[in-house]
Amino acid sequence: MPKNPDIKKVLVIGSGPIVIGQAAEFDYAGTQACRSLKEEGVEVVLVNSNPATIMTDKEIADEVYIEPLNVKVLEQIICKEQPDSVLPTLGGQAGLNLGMELAESGFLKEHNVKLIGTTSETIFKAEDRQAFKDTMEKIGEPCAPSQVVHNVEDGIAFTNTIGYPVVLRPAYTLGGSGGGIAHNETELIDILTNGLRLSRVGEVLVERCIAGWKEIEYEVMRDSAGNCITVCNMENIDPVGVHTGDSIVVAPSQTLGDKEYQMLRTSALNIISELNITGGCNVQYALHPTSFEYCVIEVNPRVSRSSALASKATGYPIAKVAAKIALGYTLDEIKNAITGKTYASFEPMLDYCVVKVPRLPFDKFITAKRTLTTQMKATGEVMSICTNFEGALMKAIRSLEQHVDCLRSYDFTALSKEGLLKQLKKVDDRRVWVIAEALRRGISYEEIHDITMIDYWFIDKIAILTEMEGRLEKEELTAELLKEAKRLEFPDNVIARLTGKEEAKIRDLRYANGITAAFKMVDTCAAEFAAKTPYYYSCFGSENEAQGDTDRKKVLVLGSGPIRIGQGIEFDYCSVHCTWAFAKEGYETIIVNNNPETVSTDFDIADKLYFEPLTPEDVENIVRLEKPDGAVVQFGGQTAIKLTESLMKMGVPILGTKAEDVDAAEDRELFDKILEQTQIPRAAGGTVFTAGEAKEVANQLGYPVLVRPSYVLGGQGMQIAYSDEEIEEFMEIINRIAQDHPILVDKYLQGKEIEVDAVCDGKDILIPGIMEHIERTGVHSGDSISVYPAPTISAQVKEKIVDYTQRLARALHVVGLINIQFIAMDEEVYVIEVNPRSSRTVPYISKVTGIPIVDLATRVIIGDTLKDMGYPTGLAPEAEYVAIKMPVFSFEKLRGAEISLGPEMKSTGECLGIGKSFDEALYKAFLGAGVQFPKYKQMIMTVKDADKPEAVDIAKRFEALGYKIYATRSTAKYLQARGVKARRINKISQESPNVMDLILGHKIDLVIDTPTQGRDKSRDGFLIRRNAIETGVYCITAMDTADALASSLEHASVSEKLNLIDIAKVKNI
Amino acid sequence: MKAFLILEDGTVFEGNSIGSAREVISEIVFNTSMTGYLEVLTDPSYAGQAVVMTYPLIGNYGITPDMESERPWPDAYIVRELSRMPSNFRCEGTIQDFLVKHDIPGIAGIDTRALTKILREKGTMNGMITTNENYLLEEILPRLRAYRTGNVVEKATCNSVCRLPGKGKRVALMDFGAKRNIAKSLQDRGCEVTIYPAYTCAEEILADKPDGIMLSNGPGDPKECKGIIAELKKLYESDTPIFAICLGHQLMALANGADSHKMKYGHRGGNHPVKDLDTGRVYISSQNHGYVVDTEHLDPAVAVPAFVNVNDGTNEGLRYTGKKIFTVQFHPEACPGPQDSSYLFDKFIAMMGGNQ
Repeated sequence: MPKNPDIKKVLVIGSGPIVIGQAAEFDYAGTQACRSLKEEGVEVVLVNSNPATIMTDKEIADEVYIEPLNVKVLEQIICKEQPDSVLPTLGGQAGLNLGMELAESGFLKEHNVKLIGTTSETIFKAEDRQAFKDTMEKIGEPCAPSQVVHNVEDGIAFTNTIGYPVVLRPAYTLGGSGGGIAHNETELIDILTNGLRLSRVGEVLVERCIAGWKEIEYEVMRDSAGNCITVCNMENIDPVGVHTGDSIVVAPSQTLGDKEYQMLRTSALNIISELNITGGCNVQYALHPTSFEYCVIEVNPRVSRSSALASKATGYPIAKVAAKIALGYTLDEIKNAITGKTYASFEPMLDYCVVKVPRLPFDKFITAKRTLTTQMKATGEVMSICTNFEGALMKAIRSLEQHVDCLRSYDFTALSKEGLLKQLKKVDDRRVWVIAEALRRGISYEEIHDITMIDYWFIDKIAILTEMEGRLEKEELTAELLKEAKRLEFPDNVIARLTGKEEAKIRDLRYANGITAAFKMVDTCAAEFAAKTPYYYSCFGSENEAQGDTDRKKVLVLGSGPIRIGQGIEFDYCSVHCTWAFAKEGYETIIVNNNPETVSTDFDIADKLYFEPLTPEDVENIVRLEKPDGAVVQFGGQTAIKLTESLMKMGVPILGTKAEDVDAAEDRELFDKILEQTQIPRAAGGTVFTAGEAKEVANQLGYPVLVRPSYVLGGQGMQIAYSDEEIEEFMEIINRIAQDHPILVDKYLQGKEIEVDAVCDGKDILIPGIMEHIERTGVHSGDSISVYPAPTISAQVKEKIVDYTQRLARALHVVGLINIQFIAMDEEVYVIEVNPRSSRTVPYISKVTGIPIVDLATRVIIGDTLKDMGYPTGLAPEAEYVAIKMPVFSFEKLRGAEISLGPEMKSTGECLGIGKSFDEALYKAFLGAGVQFPKYKQMIMTVKDADKPEAVDIAKRFEALGYKIYATRSTAKYLQARGVKARRINKISQESPNVMDLILGHKIDLVIDTPTQGRDKSRDGFLIRRNAIETGVYCITAMDTADALASSLEHASVSEKLNLIDIAKVKNI
Repeated sequence: MKAFLILEDGTVFEGNSIGSAREVISEIVFNTSMTGYLEVLTDPSYAGQAVVMTYPLIGNYGITPDMESERPWPDAYIVRELSRMPSNFRCEGTIQDFLVKHDIPGIAGIDTRALTKILREKGTMNGMITTNENYLLEEILPRLRAYRTGNVVEKATCNSVCRLPGKGKRVALMDFGAKRNIAKSLQDRGCEVTIYPAYTCAEEILADKPDGIMLSNGPGDPKECKGIIAELKKLYESDTPIFAICLGHQLMALANGADSHKMKYGHRGGNHPVKDLDTGRVYISSQNHGYVVDTEHLDPAVAVPAFVNVNDGTNEGLRYTGKKIFTVQFHPEACPGPQDSSYLFDKFIAMMGGNQ
């Protein structure tokens, strides 16, 4: 069937801010789909509240709305843009839910708009627990015995009939939020209560626990003619019980015979056919390890994290094909873009092995529980490709950038055998390392399997790796042994450690014996057809396929690796734009990255894609083959910056700002010299290595002081210290990870925090806009609400900022991007930090000013000047609207994580509010972050003494909005004395009803809890905040945020209709 | 032990010997299936060929009861890596032991992708696997070029008639090297299946008055099977419903005036899209063939194309005009591979007047 001619204008719904369970994969899918739609001449209207995405670029869609994702806003957009169709399957669960709500309410029908890609019946059948069960029963597909419950009593009653343990799955939540396994009634009540609240429809599935079965996934596609194919199947190494997003996953399945493989494949095709899905779909199975019994766990009738992984693992562009199917094409009409010869109606065949490892945030949240359950906790993932499983696992491990490079990187040698067996029972992110240690100690495969239920095949593969470690330690390093170690992807530095030799020696020995990496192509067809798309991975002991020769100039763009807190999708945005800009200038572009969720690793972004770890050795392999004319490191976040020195050693010129200038910005002494030279003030401070030195500096400066390691991203390890004791505590935490660089101790200045990004051509600068943070200094810039144009600073201060930026950019010889954070206090401006590279705010500021800064920076790097390109210098004219970036957190997913804001970044994503006025923008920003008030008009305040004066005004404003205010003893007393009708409530330790009962009673909209100075030692405060978050209560830990929220609500109460702004039409210059 | 794979074009791959250490010359073909290595090994259609598995990790689940015949058929087996520890609840042994037991030589540890690319670019060719490190190319290459496989159906077919009980339709299965799942697919649908050796004459089969005749898959060049083709012509004329797979499909086409030719490197794997020309539906099929039927000169009064390969447009099936006969190039019996086209067995049952 050819394209449906009635489809001319499509509204694509994005997935909103990055949160755990819904990350960059939807930007990848959305971007690919929008490009695919535009290729067909369809006009694309895009809505997504996330400004850091590539899909919200004007190059990707025709009309772009960075607006809150809710039904009201979507209805308004539909009325304004009048699309004929809505495509809801690319925006994750968020997009699907919205599509469903629009259809259910009758709005779409009323406005003559069709849902394409799926129907509301399909969504209902796949997502509604009972409807899904009935559908599966109808076609004879087994599900684990289960029942949908709407209250705790029914849950207990049903569980008593099937027995513990049971799995709890709330309906319509993402990343399995609120789910879990209950082993007894107490746990059941706990998890079920939480799950019922988090579910959009207040229902939870209680299901027989099939933990320990093999978890297998199939990615399936179907078109409107009923043709179905499977793109890929995947096997989770961690059996059922760990969310697939937190599991180590291998593609294709390794331990299934053809009989099992085909049994599940046929089942998946039956399911997609019965659900009448047109597009992509993910089916998850539990397969009994010693029989053919299986259960369908879940079906996702949309593109998903797994489909992004499957696309990258096979080369099959699922989102692109899904978009074409939505337009009416059938699979046999869509060309396979990789081969250019075959069609989308085939099944990819792999001739390699793919391993995905999740990136978990426990380095950021040291108090959070490391346990992995059915609720996802990973912020991102890495993927690696090799011709053998061991090699793929080794490559994935070193791609994580978590100070791990082999199976010895987490040290469990101190544990006794009993201790190890006990540790094996703990399902956490270090399990593979524990298994490796168990194998080294001679614990049998059987024992390990019985505890972990991990298949013997995988245990044996881990054993092969530990055996190689042993051989490298004991045997003489012959060429044969080295060859085998490299085949298993042991990096040179690990071989060096194990053999007691120098890394350079290992490298020399390799080259002397011709042991070098070869690159193989990912071609979807196991070499059956010649492929056109150069998408490569490396392996050893093979013939090289990649051709390095070209007549064009060649640039290496280093990506930013896995998504983690502090280094998110923004850097992928920058890498992709930089690549496109180089391509436009006639360069051959090469991307190196290992993140399967991103746009940068899509096969048609660069001329060549190397799916590889971003370590010096892995990059060197590519450099040896490609011999690039230069490399760009300023767009790939800290990951790329860290490779600068190695690249220079390899003789690759760093394009743009020189490495020594990057160093000058990071090195305290060098930077101080530059500040002196440019006469720019900064907070006084010093560099230290020990706690003693730190205390000395702190006492000279006077408390409070800011303590932070240098050369880190996202303020990792940064704290405000108010006393010697706190210095000791923080220094101990910072030094847990060995520091190559000194630690900085600065006087803490509490003023307004200002941020700018600028392009500098070595002489002139262009600042698209000045951003001001709502929270005072002390809250990490990534966690602050950021306002453009800066609303409260004077023209004089702005001038100073422009002047300082100009001076710093010149002094650091910046060619490309520079990001500077300032403090404005009493009309004085101080520098906090200078980063001569792209930053988190680059996509946001580019979009709201219409100035394509990454493109400009890239052209500057190539040699253009701002004047040549026709751009003004200095500060660009301010926009006529206000754009506010709001951080979004995933605290509810991370049990035990401290949520109070501070100098260390904690947010996982962001959304944008853009409006004609500050209040409107702020209201939209809160709305976009999912803050939907008022519901119960009740709130709790418990603030530290220093904040009490400010709390009065805020309390009065909430009172005026109709809020009933509860407060703990001292806060209540203070407020009452100043005319606020605050109701006093008991502390947690006191008798009921106390503050906890109030929170758990589900009648509270908001908790304002500002922790006592420094690191909060109060268990009470922590418990209040955790419980608020886990019961879905919005929790604010900074007075400035509370003030902003009050303004936003005041605005909401006066205006109903929002002004929509088409970002694609924004142009300031 | 070291082993060498020497190709007709002079390329040499060095790897490790697996299975038997015996020297062997054979035609080298590649299969892209990611699972089902055991079904591939025991598929009689591989008689006279050495198989390269493009998927690099082979033997992960060991030897299970999923055998398509009693023994492995390929002349040799070529893999990148054999799993040292197979794992599956039905695992009965390792590939290594299985190959040794059946005296099948092989080679592991070679770059199977590089080998596959040679076969793709230059076409299927002959090769030798040897453990003799002192091989002489100038002596070996002429032998490789001269090597021809022949009369493989004779080796692959059964020796005597065999009857599998069933209460439904009575099907005569002509065994040219049949995979077990063909008979099983029929039995699962209630049929009584009588298996005849490939050289059984048409009269003998028709004398048993079957409700339908099933022509099986099998190895080799269909044009070599002149005797069988003549018998098939008689079966065609008998008006008995006939369903044919793979070699059976080719032989029936040759019996009715079509031609066939050897493909550059064939179709072997479980991912080939075939389109049903009646409905426009595309099915993913299991395939194993190196020869294909030419349909240009086929008289539409005799037969018309029923299925076509979506990738390369080659013929994948025929419907015989005015006859209850349909034949397919692919393998609806799967094993290994997708089960998407198993409905064709139902169609055959219906053609014989059954109620399936």
